[in-house]
Amino acid sequence: MNSNPATPMNAHAPSSSSGGAGSPDSSAARRNSKRPKYSRFTQQELPACKPILTPKWVISAFMLVTIVFIPIGLASLFASRDVVEIIDRYDNACAPPGSSKSQKIEFIQSNQNKTCVRTLTVTKRMKQPIYVYYQLDNFYQNHRRYVKSRSDQQLRNRGDENDTSTCKPEHNANGMPIVPCGLVAWSLFNDTYAFSSSNNPQLNVNKRHISWKSDREDKFGSDVFPKNFQNGNIIGGARLNESIPLSEQEDLIVWMRTAALPTFRKLYGKIEVDLQAGETINVVVQNNYNTYSFSGKKKLVLSTTSWLGGKNNFIGIAYLAVGGLCFLLATVFTIIYLFKPRHLGDPTYLSWNRNPGGH
Amino acid sequence: MKRFVYVNDDDSSHELYCDNRISNRKYTLLNFLPKNLWEQFSRFMNQYFLLIACLQLWPLITPVNPASTWGPLIFIFAVSATKEAWDDYNRYLSDKKANEKQVWVVRQGSKKLIQAQEIHVGNLVWLRENDEVPCDLVLLGTSEPQGVCYVETAALDGETDLKTRNIPPACMGIDSELLHKIKARYGYRGVMECPLPDKDIRRFDANVRLFPPFLDNDVCPLSIKNTILQSCYLRNTEWACGVAVYTGNETKMGMSRGVAEPKLTAVDAMIDKLTGAIFIFQIVVVIVLGIAGNIWKDTEARKHWYVLYPEEGPWYELLIIPLRFELLCSIMIPISIKVSLDLVKSLYAKFIDWDKQMIDVETGTSANATNTAISEDLGQVEYILTDKTGTLTENKMIFKRCCIAGTFFGNENGDAVKDVELLNAINTGSADAIRFVTVMAICNTVVPIKRNYYSASGTVLYKAQSQDEEALVRAAASLHMVFVNKNSNILEINFNGSLKQYEVLEYLEFTSDRKRMSVVVRDCDKGNIMLLSKGADETILPCASAGHQTKTFSDAVDQYAQMGLRTLCLGWREVNEAEYQDWSFMFKEANSTLVDREWRVAEVCQRLEHDLDILGVAAIEDRLQDGVPETIETLRKAGINFWMLTGDKQNTAIQIALSCNFVSPEPKGQLLLVNGKTEDEVCRNLERVLLTMRITKAEPKDVAFVIDGWALEIALKHYRKAFTELAILSRTAICCRVTPSQKAQLVELLKSCDYRTLAIGDGGNDVRMIQQADIGVGISGREGLQAARAADYSIGKFKFLKRLILVHGRYSYNRTAFLSQYSFYKSLLICFIQIFFSFVSGVSGTSLFNSVSLMAYNVFYTSVPVLVSVVDKDLSEKTVMQHPQILYYCQAGRLLNPTTFAGWFGRALFHAIVVFAITIHSYAFEKSGLEEVSMVALSGCVWLQAFVVTLETNSFTILQHVAIWGNLVVFYIINWIVSAVPQSGMYTIMHRLCRQPAYWNTMFLIVAAGMGPVLALKYFRYTYKSSKINILQQAERVGGPILSLGNIEPQPRSLLDSDLAPLSISHAKNARNSVFEPLLSDSPNALRRSFGPDFFHSHSPYSRNKDM
Repeated sequence: MNSNPATPMNAHAPSSSSGGAGSPDSSAARRNSKRPKYSRFTQQELPACKPILTPKWVISAFMLVTIVFIPIGLASLFASRDVVEIIDRYDNACAPPGSSKSQKIEFIQSNQNKTCVRTLTVTKRMKQPIYVYYQLDNFYQNHRRYVKSRSDQQLRNRGDENDTSTCKPEHNANGMPIVPCGLVAWSLFNDTYAFSSSNNPQLNVNKRHISWKSDREDKFGSDVFPKNFQNGNIIGGARLNESIPLSEQEDLIVWMRTAALPTFRKLYGKIEVDLQAGETINVVVQNNYNTYSFSGKKKLVLSTTSWLGGKNNFIGIAYLAVGGLCFLLATVFTIIYLFKPRHLGDPTYLSWNRNPGGH
Repeated sequence: MKRFVYVNDDDSSHELYCDNRISNRKYTLLNFLPKNLWEQFSRFMNQYFLLIACLQLWPLITPVNPASTWGPLIFIFAVSATKEAWDDYNRYLSDKKANEKQVWVVRQGSKKLIQAQEIHVGNLVWLRENDEVPCDLVLLGTSEPQGVCYVETAALDGETDLKTRNIPPACMGIDSELLHKIKARYGYRGVMECPLPDKDIRRFDANVRLFPPFLDNDVCPLSIKNTILQSCYLRNTEWACGVAVYTGNETKMGMSRGVAEPKLTAVDAMIDKLTGAIFIFQIVVVIVLGIAGNIWKDTEARKHWYVLYPEEGPWYELLIIPLRFELLCSIMIPISIKVSLDLVKSLYAKFIDWDKQMIDVETGTSANATNTAISEDLGQVEYILTDKTGTLTENKMIFKRCCIAGTFFGNENGDAVKDVELLNAINTGSADAIRFVTVMAICNTVVPIKRNYYSASGTVLYKAQSQDEEALVRAAASLHMVFVNKNSNILEINFNGSLKQYEVLEYLEFTSDRKRMSVVVRDCDKGNIMLLSKGADETILPCASAGHQTKTFSDAVDQYAQMGLRTLCLGWREVNEAEYQDWSFMFKEANSTLVDREWRVAEVCQRLEHDLDILGVAAIEDRLQDGVPETIETLRKAGINFWMLTGDKQNTAIQIALSCNFVSPEPKGQLLLVNGKTEDEVCRNLERVLLTMRITKAEPKDVAFVIDGWALEIALKHYRKAFTELAILSRTAICCRVTPSQKAQLVELLKSCDYRTLAIGDGGNDVRMIQQADIGVGISGREGLQAARAADYSIGKFKFLKRLILVHGRYSYNRTAFLSQYSFYKSLLICFIQIFFSFVSGVSGTSLFNSVSLMAYNVFYTSVPVLVSVVDKDLSEKTVMQHPQILYYCQAGRLLNPTTFAGWFGRALFHAIVVFAITIHSYAFEKSGLEEVSMVALSGCVWLQAFVVTLETNSFTILQHVAIWGNLVVFYIINWIVSAVPQSGMYTIMHRLCRQPAYWNTMFLIVAAGMGPVLALKYFRYTYKSSKINILQQAERVGGPILSLGNIEPQPRSLLDSDLAPLSISHAKNARNSVFEPLLSDSPNALRRSFGPDFFHSHSPYSRNKDM
């Protein structure tokens, strides 16, 4: 309690008043317990680095980006150029020639022979492993209805085969749960390709280990077998061999890794021999999968790979573009800097330092 | 309605009145959950989030796991509910402590120790020294023979001095043993007639009547002087006892408890408005996408056989896709913004509490932010309304000069106490001088306290309620008229060694209406009765006896007022015995009325206070506080307008205003007076002043208007519009002789013009204005803590206001502006990506990101780095202090308004395009797995936001580095861990991505493509279209010469250095070297007017959107 009513009249001594805020020495002596412990954080006085955007700094940053990006861009482009890719669109070619869309749909839904032979020419030597993909266009694996229609539980555990609630509308057929359930599995791609080449009549396509090891081991159970699959009213895509566990149904595993984009490629297999330039490859396509009703394209893709993956010029071009843009900006800023230098932090720019009439 | 209290008889009061159980609790155990939830859900944001969370429970439409919204929502609710519960529990504990405190109460005729909550109305409560008073009591007895006791009322009104309380005259001399027997059973009875409980702690108009066998059976009036109120402390008195008249929550203290309205800052209002705009944008997006989705579904989706759309959908089918998009877009309004803002705001408040430079070295009081939510408003203050006494001045009253019977003392050396002539006059026995000093010594309510350790040094300690009185008594003591002792009604004065005694017959108390006080005393030696009066000149001089020349005195008053001194006129007259007896009867009667007592007492007092012999004028100096002129000058440069609201005289007010840079002297400044007693006069004056204002607006001139309370009353009542215009036009105003409620009215007026107001004051009379203003600042000063308690911020000295506003307010505003806009930016960024993704997923409402990522993105990845912006400083404190004009950016809301927000919106859109386009092109074809693309896009966002924060950070401390780069590392660690869980959707994804050169290529590309243009734009604007802040940043860091203009030089603070000079604003001492500062060309007002309908159709950045 402050029982002292008033300090004497002359208590307003200079020592106590003029010490003021700025002198820690005088205040330290009189510091009482109420005061917080001094720390640089509490006083907001942490040592700080305060960079500003000086022309030098900014121009060199842009130059640095240019210097780094252009080589990377070129390297990426070269990597992409080294990749040899053969793309063959066969959906129209394998349908009856000249048929209309509805005829094509009718054709694909019929039971007639859908075998079709495609001939590919290797333009450039392809080193093994050569990846064989099928590419679908305008196929929305990412559609909400589709992408959610699966049961990861059921795929993993034998005991969870009744766990099909998320799989609607393909959750059960004839009152029994479907394994694997859901639209994704139900619409499994079912075109098949058989390869032979001019040099090698029996061009083997290795379909083992085309899926991710982690998927085989942890996502798809080795004791889960297909059951009641494609037994419903409408047959979707491929059927599954009910004696092979899901973890070995690699086409299914690949298919079930849903794609984020309506155009996607899925690995079909690997050719483990080199293909020489000029070599012709015959592919016997079993054209079963219906993309005609939604005008989707089907393509067969043979591709080698580089350190960046498949053929994709985008990264290289984008790197070059960004590098070029940065170079442009650096140049422009340098020119402006040289021709219209501006003194940084000139206090005469402060409006309150100018003449009252100056603005 | 009245309540009758039977002394020591609580049987009947049990049913009638509540017991003494105090309850401050807001909730009970049962109603906590519903009540708290109801309160939380009354906020728009919370309703919105609840709606979203409920919609997510519908699996058909939810894009993500409902837990991703419910989790944070429940967390936020739990945090604020826990805070409330904790506060309430603490209130409960303190209630419980107070309720269970042991007190001595008379039960069955003997003192018993019972719990405080068991006290009933009518109980006799005994208190010992230093006890806290448990309920409102009427005193019946004390240990002091003269029937007084001392209480400390700090908890009630914040005043730290001791107050005297008397027992009612009727109860004088009742033996303490007898007190126990006051009860019907013992034949002794007493009844009190009290008004119903109210919260006025200055009034208690009651009566007491004791019945035989008590001797005095008259009705005896009771006033607040006879009570000791709950929460006061008994001091310097061995014991006291009293009757409980109000208990529990019906005490004066309990009734005055109120919940203050939460204040909303301009920044909060702006954020609400922007949230509303985003909400509308979101609805538009949802409708457009919903329609597009339904169209796509009907035209395209049915062709895609693998989707297996049923031919016939349920009735709500049309709603499904729009609702999905609503949920997908719900993250546009970041749920984290509330938590982040609350967190940083409480940190701003802590910084204020911690600030070493705002500790008053004299008293050791540090600044304190009571309201933790409004720091940003400090940076946007446009008007400061300040009290004068105790706020600008020290409120340390020192008697400096006097004018006795036409002779001026103290003019030569500036200190009358040391004036040899005055000492001579007293020693030689000049009657006027002696009377003058006698009035100084005894016309007061001061209590001298003689303590052993004080008497050793020979001085007497004075306990006074008024600083003026204390100054007078002290001065009298130095003039050899020592007020030594007060013994009941006998005052002892030691005059030059001889002891004189006076008996005080009546006190005619000081009220703010009467503006004077008098005592009626009897000289114990001579036996004559005297009336001694002191008060303001305008109330004392009219009471002078006819023919008495008062001209000298009014001249003296004017002269002193010009020096900024407070003046008191002293007068006296002899009263003959008969007149006194007559008057005394009336006075007693007036004092015992229950209705309008104050007014009737005043009227009766007036009947005695006439025909005074004016003795002279005492001038008391109230020194300016340290650093006041500098503070005001700096803050005015910062574009803040100052209004001074004081109860003092016009001249004193103007002089103080001049000496503290409030107004400039003549060539530069101009004072326009608005006064008048009638409507016409005021109207004419107002018109004239307005005209001058409009003319001088273009001129670089400091124009201030001065208005007094009377004219203000009329102006506010009849010419509100004109006065409002005047208020807007003038940067400075002096309002003198205003009442507390007028102060509050003025605040209200400025607030109604959409200005941010800050009220600063130190006394109880400022409380209303402080509560009314957007920001209330209290000075924990000598007039007690009342203002400091009611205020949002309390500081030790006026000069700390500069730092509070320029440093803390400005930084808080800047930081919140960045933080809030950034929160929207990051939410919009991820939301735009979701929207873009819907274009490639058949407009079906698929979420690109999984639940874990979405939740973690909002809660961790983007929230942590930005939180360290609470230690970001764009300019050093020193630079801001040197260039206070920079505050303009905050005032005008330049850093957070629809335009800047549009910039962030655009940046979010651009970055979303960059991330999405680069991701889908580099992760195309065989790499286009949903989980991978999602993770690449998420990484892109996290990388970009790290660089955005980096680019927007001005100063990098270790915290920034840890938060920004550490966050990136944490992002990878978290995802690495999640990728190791086989059950998660993104099992092994992160491990794979990190091994791919393509992933890192993509990240660099996203960062360079996203940040390059932003950096280029920022650099260009920074260098070639630099804002003032940029220039100062450059100046500060390039280390070039910072031209600091108008270096504020300390000015002689004491007014006594100046000579007496006629009232003129062109005072020599004020012709200082301050350079003229033109108003900023683009001043806040100009901006306000030119703002026009803008981005979000708001008319000004300040106009608050009430329904958001």
